[in-house]
Amino acid sequence: MSEYTQYAGYTAYTTGAPVADTKAPSGPVAERWDTRRFEARLVNPANRRKHTVIVVGTGLAGGAAGATLAEQGYHVVQFCYQDSPRRAHSIAAQGGINAAKNYRNDGDSIHRLFYDTVKGGDFRARESNVHRLAQISVEIIDQCVAQGVPFAREYGGLLDTRSFGGVQVSRTFYARGQTGQQLLLGAYQALSRQIAAGRVDMHARTEMLDLIVVDGRARGIVARDLITGRVDTYFADAVVLASGGYGNVFYLSTNAKNSNATAVWRAHRRGAYFANPCFTQIHPTCIPRSGDHQSKLTLMSESLRNDGRIWVPRAQGDTRPPADIPEDERDYYLERAYPSFGNLVPRDIASRGAKNVCDEGRGVGPGGQGVYLDFADAIRRLGRGAVEEKYGNLFEMYERITAENPYEVPMRIYPAIHYTMGGLWVDYDLQTTVPGLFAIGEANFSDHGANRLGASALMQGLADGYFVLPSTINDYLARNPHHDDIDASHPEAVRAVAETNDRLERLLAVDGDRTPDSFHKEIGELLWEYCGMARTEEGLRKALGRIPEIREEFWRRIKVPGTGEELNQSLEKANRVVDYLELAELLCLDALHRTESCGGHFREESQTEGGEAARKDEEFSYAAAWEFAGTGRAPVLHKEALEFAYVHPTQRSYA
Amino acid sequence: MRLTLRVWRQRNAEEPGAMVTYDVDGISEDMSFLEMLDTLNEKLILSGDEPVAFDHDCREGICGACGVVINGDAHGPERTTTCQLHMRHFEDGDTVDVEPWRAGAFPVVKDLVVDRSAFDRIIGAGGYISVPTGAAPEAHATPVPKADADFAFEHAECIGCGACVAACPNGSAMLFTSAKVNHLNVLPQGAPERETRVLDMVSAMDEEGFGGCTLAGECATACPKGIPLPSIAAMNKEWLRATRKASRR
Repeated sequence: MSEYTQYAGYTAYTTGAPVADTKAPSGPVAERWDTRRFEARLVNPANRRKHTVIVVGTGLAGGAAGATLAEQGYHVVQFCYQDSPRRAHSIAAQGGINAAKNYRNDGDSIHRLFYDTVKGGDFRARESNVHRLAQISVEIIDQCVAQGVPFAREYGGLLDTRSFGGVQVSRTFYARGQTGQQLLLGAYQALSRQIAAGRVDMHARTEMLDLIVVDGRARGIVARDLITGRVDTYFADAVVLASGGYGNVFYLSTNAKNSNATAVWRAHRRGAYFANPCFTQIHPTCIPRSGDHQSKLTLMSESLRNDGRIWVPRAQGDTRPPADIPEDERDYYLERAYPSFGNLVPRDIASRGAKNVCDEGRGVGPGGQGVYLDFADAIRRLGRGAVEEKYGNLFEMYERITAENPYEVPMRIYPAIHYTMGGLWVDYDLQTTVPGLFAIGEANFSDHGANRLGASALMQGLADGYFVLPSTINDYLARNPHHDDIDASHPEAVRAVAETNDRLERLLAVDGDRTPDSFHKEIGELLWEYCGMARTEEGLRKALGRIPEIREEFWRRIKVPGTGEELNQSLEKANRVVDYLELAELLCLDALHRTESCGGHFREESQTEGGEAARKDEEFSYAAAWEFAGTGRAPVLHKEALEFAYVHPTQRSYA
Repeated sequence: MRLTLRVWRQRNAEEPGAMVTYDVDGISEDMSFLEMLDTLNEKLILSGDEPVAFDHDCREGICGACGVVINGDAHGPERTTTCQLHMRHFEDGDTVDVEPWRAGAFPVVKDLVVDRSAFDRIIGAGGYISVPTGAAPEAHATPVPKADADFAFEHAECIGCGACVAACPNGSAMLFTSAKVNHLNVLPQGAPERETRVLDMVSAMDEEGFGGCTLAGECATACPKGIPLPSIAAMNKEWLRATRKASRR
């Protein structure tokens, strides 16, 4: 097939008709979610078991959705590539989950969480969605506590909270440094209850490789059993993708090694628009890489910035051990530049701060690619015991990886790819441009704009999975009565299976001289260099020129040992790299077309005198939804205009 | 550094396996154990051999996917997961044996990959609190004493890796099961299902073919998350209480 070896690439694109979110109700923002729930059609409880819903992924969004849909009476067929639904990468989230409970009586409210999130996202998210998220946040905490999630508590038995970046209230609920683990296990346990009751058919170690679209509607998926290698079809009345973000396109990221973009990319190829791919989040506090063998990066929770102070030496090339550098020769650069938020500025700002001081030659550690995160003051102020209580497991993890004791020596940290705000375009109902295909959690683009605030990913994943999707999907299912009309012999199913098998056979047949990882690293390094923390037109054009060449080389030189009829981890990796090679191209094009800076997308050509991101609202106050036009062919841009009636766009200021 | 690895290779569940010896060179002490295996696999692929299959995902010690027996110890010489074990704990020239979890209830799938789905079925038997979405009361309606919350958290830390089963001479899943029973049974929210939970989970554990507990204590020594051995005693107490209560009905 020609598309495998096609050399073509693109740096241009065409603009199509605007895309509109037709499901979002009008009226006061605080009433829109109630309005939508009232207007949405319902499915009679007795009819729900006749409807099958496929859910791909078992993280916070997918696990919560699968459990909740089954509780409502739907028949759920669920998939994960891991050996158990408990292992989805939500489990690695450390810091916490935001909720506008105002338990601290510190001035928090649903409106303030809404405001902070729209502002934190640098005015590139929809007000309707974000307000709904803030409203639902309070219900999430109730639900999780009832499930037995062991949140941190005060001595009076009530829930404890802490502060996170980009806000001045204490609204983050946490379970030591393992909040994601505890929330995910809550969802997993609810899901397990439904699996045991026979209401969810769980397919672990099974990876979605394509979407089946019949008469313009999503009706099923093609998935491969990773143990037997069998490629099969599964059918449903609706398909929900909860397969996470695409951060692993960068190779080195804080994502799990097997997190991948295949489900969303294959859906994109089948007609779902992909929105804002260039909005990628670089987390400021990760452990710096130690060498070429590095297989992934490890995050140190943002919550550490509550008590840790970030600094570098004032002088360039100062190689003294940190303890020998006197106070007046240290530059606490975030506290200096942003006195009111200090070390708790949003992630994009903290990351660029670190990059800037390292570029000036003031970075610390091997290669000068690091800054200090120092707890000496906190230990003096609170005592070692209190610091250990809050961050013990994080300190332990740091010491295990680096062999340095952070109670005695400051941590060294450096930014790394962590989260992707972009994803499949969805409307207010979380439905993609393919009717019947929904995307939830990190897989969609909806709520974080150009930058996500800390502790908001867990909030959004659970809001989508527990509360939003289970309400909105009813409307779709009620309007599209169940038909038992398709099976594996349907031409669209046959075609999707044939294309999948062809791709896998082709990967096995090349028998070249390069491993899947070597290509993954190459594309990742290219992206990090030209489409990472700072982007320029020149760099992006270079990357867009290089990607088609890597793609061509891939199909000539890839080597995948073994067969397709068995557990073959090289084949799994190679197949994911195929999709990264296309996604990377769209990511760079989106970054090239958006000549403004906003949030995590920093174009060097567009900055203020102080070096902050300069938005161009008149030109770019829209979500960029891209339509697939073929491998190596210029995609079509559809703009969704953003309107701000409640939070007036301003230059973000955290000074 | 340079190592001699002896790795269990087994094509699939049906065919017999064997230890195969490989020399691996160029190991940095900053590598994790899995990055060392990555290095071996890259070499194997290029020489036309099949790479060693092993489970792994987050590589941060929290997902519980990874886990191999290293020189006879589940997760190796340090008390952590295999992904968080670094090569600085080995010496240049060492010979290192790498095997899958060995337990009747964890059949080998391929090489170092085993089937731990029995754990999911134990959780499905009662390792949850029945609270459908939307049915929850206000979070502060029921305060939980900090000591109970901390006790629950300590047990909720279990990552389901299976090291406890692999380390146990009987292949018992008592530590895994007790971690979840204790996490939920100590909380007021878990109280209504306190008895059925422990009875059903213990029955499920027995049905999956895990061995009995003889208090060897190897499980708690191998546990990367430090689930304490007395958890098992606490579960036994819960089980006895529930059994007595059931017999009175």
